[in-house]
Amino acid sequence: MNADPASQAAHCTHCAHHHELQVNGLTVSYPKVRALEDISFSTSCGNTVALIGPNGAGKSTLLKAIAGLVPRSAGSIRWRGSRVSQWHREFAYLPQREEVDWSFPVTVRGLIEMGRYSQLGWWRRWRPLDSEKVEQALVSMHLEGLEDRQISELSGGQQQRTFIARALAQEAHVLMLDEPFNGLDRPARENLAGLLRKQAAEGRLVIASHHDLNTVEELFDEVLILNRRALAFGPVPEVFNRSNLDLAYG
Amino acid sequence: MDDIISYPFFQRALLGALIIGFTNGCFSAYVVLRRSALVAGSLSHALLPGIAGGILVAGALTAWSAFLGALIAALLVVLGSLAVARSSRLDQGTSLAVIFTIAFAAGLIMLKYVPVQVKLEDYLFGDILNISTTDLWVAFGIGVVTLTLTTALQRPILLTLFEPSVAAAQGVPVRALNYLIMTLLVLVMISSLQAVGCILALGLVVAPGATVFLLTNSTRAMFWGGGVLGAAGAAGGMWIAHWGDFLPGAVITVLLGAAFLLAFFFGPRSGFFRRAA
Repeated sequence: MNADPASQAAHCTHCAHHHELQVNGLTVSYPKVRALEDISFSTSCGNTVALIGPNGAGKSTLLKAIAGLVPRSAGSIRWRGSRVSQWHREFAYLPQREEVDWSFPVTVRGLIEMGRYSQLGWWRRWRPLDSEKVEQALVSMHLEGLEDRQISELSGGQQQRTFIARALAQEAHVLMLDEPFNGLDRPARENLAGLLRKQAAEGRLVIASHHDLNTVEELFDEVLILNRRALAFGPVPEVFNRSNLDLAYG
Repeated sequence: MDDIISYPFFQRALLGALIIGFTNGCFSAYVVLRRSALVAGSLSHALLPGIAGGILVAGALTAWSAFLGALIAALLVVLGSLAVARSSRLDQGTSLAVIFTIAFAAGLIMLKYVPVQVKLEDYLFGDILNISTTDLWVAFGIGVVTLTLTTALQRPILLTLFEPSVAAAQGVPVRALNYLIMTLLVLVMISSLQAVGCILALGLVVAPGATVFLLTNSTRAMFWGGGVLGAAGAAGGMWIAHWGDFLPGAVITVLLGAAFLLAFFFGPRSGFFRRAA
């Protein structure tokens, strides 16, 4: 038995396991404001989880805290029973559109190839396996024919799919998306929703911040209603109701 | 003119221009991608008091006194601006602008006490035709260190430049890499002193990368293409300057500027006329 989490990751097949993400008492503070307070919930592979709440509720901060992008001041985040920082390769964070430097000289293929860097490390040679993973990710996200486009030359939906493809090339198990449906028209939204559901069906955990309350039931299995504190968490049919929403938005 | 290439001083100058232009050109890709052109501009001004201070301390203008003086002054300006920004309400750009202009002004005052003023002008505007063997070795050493480190660390540097917070979450030492890039920036600018001088050093470490940025969607092409353009501009500029008896640093900078304007107006991907069409 190999005790190194990174080595285990290489052998993990998505469907055979039921990995759990446990967030306990998570608190995140910025210099003058407490962004999140005592957040606790747990979910597992195969789910699509929506984080909803008003502006400033801490949705993005929660995603970033899980991804390790912002430091937490209290609480713990565990994945597969151990500290989440041990599993950074298995987590992929997809930023909000406004946070990406779209002028960066990188093509769709180049961006997806970046996903392999965490597997390859700083110096290991590019292998046929890496090209194979990139190709699979391209096909899986229907990006054939767009490989050589610079990332600003894509539509909003194509840009989201490119970042998801990078996460797949990384062999991430947990996809964390910050407002992925923002600015997408209905066909693009439905297309992206289908692809995310497919990721969950293949055993990945998908967590996304989301502000459009009209589409939560259509797009997600579970929901965390948030306003700096966790107000309700559970399956959408049980938790997504007027009384819980009033707690956050009322 | 035709047999000028047979003169050892010209061969040395040509080799120096190629090394300095290539190193600066390659590194300019990172300066552009990191959006550090303004920082580079501040550093170029900090080189002057550094060189003057180096002469005052060492008592003479040598390649090493200029190198160490410029290095220390550049680091003091960058770290000083960071310290001011972190301990006040000012952002780093503002504190950098204040500190580098003070440093440059102090350098101008120090010139009065420097005993070798004529030669110092070579450091202000460059004098590639009189490059010494020591200068050549310094440029070569800086080139080898810079290109080795930036190619060996290409993956983490690219991740850091594109998405610093995501890179940090993936275990990339983002802060250390940023310090490394700043240190290398100081080094490559010092290497360009002999070619274009500290006033025009900015052009050599920004223009090639900015030009290729307009033409390509590949960071690798930007890095190596910037190197080729920088080397061609430096060597070509030096040749034209010798032929027309112009200031080499100025011709090199104008040549690189012309390449930039060509890319800006006629670039096949995003050129001005292409967009207008």
